Amino acid sequence: MTQLKSPEELDNYRQTLSSGRDANTPCIAICAGTGCLAYGAAEVIGAFKAEIEKQGLTAKVDTKGTGCPGYCEKGPVVVIYPEEICYLGVMPEDVPEIITQTIVGKKVVDRLVYSDPDSGEKAIHQADIPYYKQQKRFLLSSNTLIDSRSIDDYLLINGYSALSKALFQMTAEEVVEEVKKSKLRGRGGGGFPAGRKWEGSRDAPGEVKYVLVNADEGDPGAFMDRALLEGNPHSILEGLIIGGYAIGAHEGYVYVRQEYPLAVENINLAIEQAEEYGLLGKDILGSGFDFTVKVHQGAGAFVCGESTALMTALEGRAGEPRPKYVRSNVKGLWNRPSVLNNVETWANVPLIINRGADWFTQYGTEGSKGTKIFSLVGKITNTGLVEVPMGITLRDIIYKIGGGIPGGKKFKAIQTGGPSGGCIPETLLDLEVGFDELTEAGSMMGSGGMIVMDEDTCMVDMARYFIHFLSDESCGKCVPCREGLRQMDRILKKITEGRGEEGDTKTLEELSELAIDASLCALGKSAPNPLLSTLRYFKDEYEAHIKEKRCPALSCKELISYYIDPEKCRACRACMRKCPVDGISGGKNRIHVIDQEKCTSCGTCLDVCPPKFDAVVKYSGEPVPPPIPEEKRTIDRKKKK
Amino acid sequence: MEAERIDQIIDEYQRTPDLLIQVLLAIQSEYNWLPKAALQRVGEKLQVPLSRILHIATFYNAFSLVPKGRHKVHVCMGTACHVRGAPRILDTVQDLTGIGAGETDLEFKFSLETVNCIGCCALGPVIDIDGKIHGNVSIRDTADILEQYD
Repeated sequence: MTQLKSPEELDNYRQTLSSGRDANTPCIAICAGTGCLAYGAAEVIGAFKAEIEKQGLTAKVDTKGTGCPGYCEKGPVVVIYPEEICYLGVMPEDVPEIITQTIVGKKVVDRLVYSDPDSGEKAIHQADIPYYKQQKRFLLSSNTLIDSRSIDDYLLINGYSALSKALFQMTAEEVVEEVKKSKLRGRGGGGFPAGRKWEGSRDAPGEVKYVLVNADEGDPGAFMDRALLEGNPHSILEGLIIGGYAIGAHEGYVYVRQEYPLAVENINLAIEQAEEYGLLGKDILGSGFDFTVKVHQGAGAFVCGESTALMTALEGRAGEPRPKYVRSNVKGLWNRPSVLNNVETWANVPLIINRGADWFTQYGTEGSKGTKIFSLVGKITNTGLVEVPMGITLRDIIYKIGGGIPGGKKFKAIQTGGPSGGCIPETLLDLEVGFDELTEAGSMMGSGGMIVMDEDTCMVDMARYFIHFLSDESCGKCVPCREGLRQMDRILKKITEGRGEEGDTKTLEELSELAIDASLCALGKSAPNPLLSTLRYFKDEYEAHIKEKRCPALSCKELISYYIDPEKCRACRACMRKCPVDGISGGKNRIHVIDQEKCTSCGTCLDVCPPKFDAVVKYSGEPVPPPIPEEKRTIDRKKKK
Repeated sequence: MEAERIDQIIDEYQRTPDLLIQVLLAIQSEYNWLPKAALQRVGEKLQVPLSRILHIATFYNAFSLVPKGRHKVHVCMGTACHVRGAPRILDTVQDLTGIGAGETDLEFKFSLETVNCIGCCALGPVIDIDGKIHGNVSIRDTADILEQYD
């Protein structure tokens, strides 16, 4: 490949590419994102390749391992173009049938398409599936169209045209203006207007400036940045180069966590390809603009997602935050002006440049424009990534897209914003999703994790979980965060173990106040959010734990006891065999009884009791009924018949 | 551990101190831990005091100052896995292997770690062993999964 030296050469090359490909050639796109790979997508891809060869179709069919299409619940997801037939939950044994029926016979394999769990209605095309219908997928939709490891595929969907437009048709100031006009706000959590950040850096004194990608996606339960970086790395790269041009930076860094090996691999490959094509390096497309990008792997520290800590880590030191008397867009990496934006923010930039700020601002609310990707996880029917316009209600996300709560359980709360966010109760489900709206409700946008909880989730335990996580991840620099969180964790643990005392919640509130006021960085300042939001909306659960020693969700191990209902037990011995402490007595035709002295409340018996018997029940806050007397334990099967 | 190989790794990173973390990551992935001799060599070649190297090696979760077992078991404790019962899975894995999180057994068979989200939330609870992800794990499955490794 010779380097492309002008925008015309780029267009010509794109032309050559598209004329070399027949739009009617069937293309099988198989999701090769991490979720689907865990389901066995690699075997499915292998099976497709083998079957295509076996049937002698190699020249007539394309196969592609693509990025994540978002519908993780039904993986591995396979989309067949040009008809856009979407097959869900495809296994290697389904492959020969798909090739014979769909590719050769042009017929749809009925059993693999989406079928509505209630009505049984089928949906053949991706766009007809209810999960996708409510979404606006400007960022994620490209994922299934391209091979994530091919720059040509990216060029074919008009990739790098925004870069070419910015370099040749716009001045750097105009690019900044356009981004400012789009009101794009940082997608990593803070929600700071990207355009203003860029402008600050552009105007800052200094010759050397940097643009940085924050791909240290540490929030548990959030994986949209990973999906973008794995599935469409060039879009982030293109955004970054445009950003570099806009603020006058010639160096960029991608800070990506090493826990995402595939993302690291794909972004490195993308950089190599872009350099080869002359889209990175010296004199990009003959514009005279030089730009290079380096990848820095994060070594596993949640706090490094914080801007100043990330920059400290990039400098090769332990990632501790530093005070922001001067903002990092003026004095950041190596004390030079540095624009740090999240993966999703950068991915939005080429769209804004190509389609204009006016296009972007037509979506969303007054304060929050455009779309946002959320990872919808937890106790929800359709788990996966959803991209929706800002301003959609939580209720629509949970019920229209997410398909509600599985197993006929009742919705309790939705946790947004990662460990620094909060839990939002059912009464606020009609809340419109936006940066300011979520903050008002005591939570935050964060990077976009949405964890749904049902009646079985204990809110005190949830608060303990997040506080524990954050006290583990606190870098230790500020005392209110380091020691305060540890004490909060200790008190919450005490409460969940039934040793809570009157006045505990007050102490928790005081510690929270201190951490908010006296911590340096956002980790400490926002750490009390999960605690405060659960205290605000679920105070009754705290009181039940403290006063009645009862866990209303029947979840806290120390506060529950297990009991086998003698009416329901059919003496199958499953629980007896599996009990790790041999705490269940019984035998053939003998009703099983749990020895409460021995029981460690591990829950194995409940797990293994066959659903048709459903004999194991949990008690909390009240004593377990006494075991039935020995002489009544024999099951007379004939009589029952 | 060969001194030559360590030098080679350091040289790949052009000996600049700001790439210290990257060098340590490369050594960690090669040996599965950071041997003391390697850290001393890094200090000499990059002109960084050992105290700073140890600051970094103990600050970040990816590094280990003790040797690891043949199989790395990562139990995901991310939020989505947590609400779907990950703590009980962790208890079971600890019972079965006899080691706690952060520990390695005496035969160097398993090293157990907890991780905070590996991004497979749809499959929770999840156990990742040597990079292979086992999804929708129940207490019942745990023993069968661990038995596949020797």
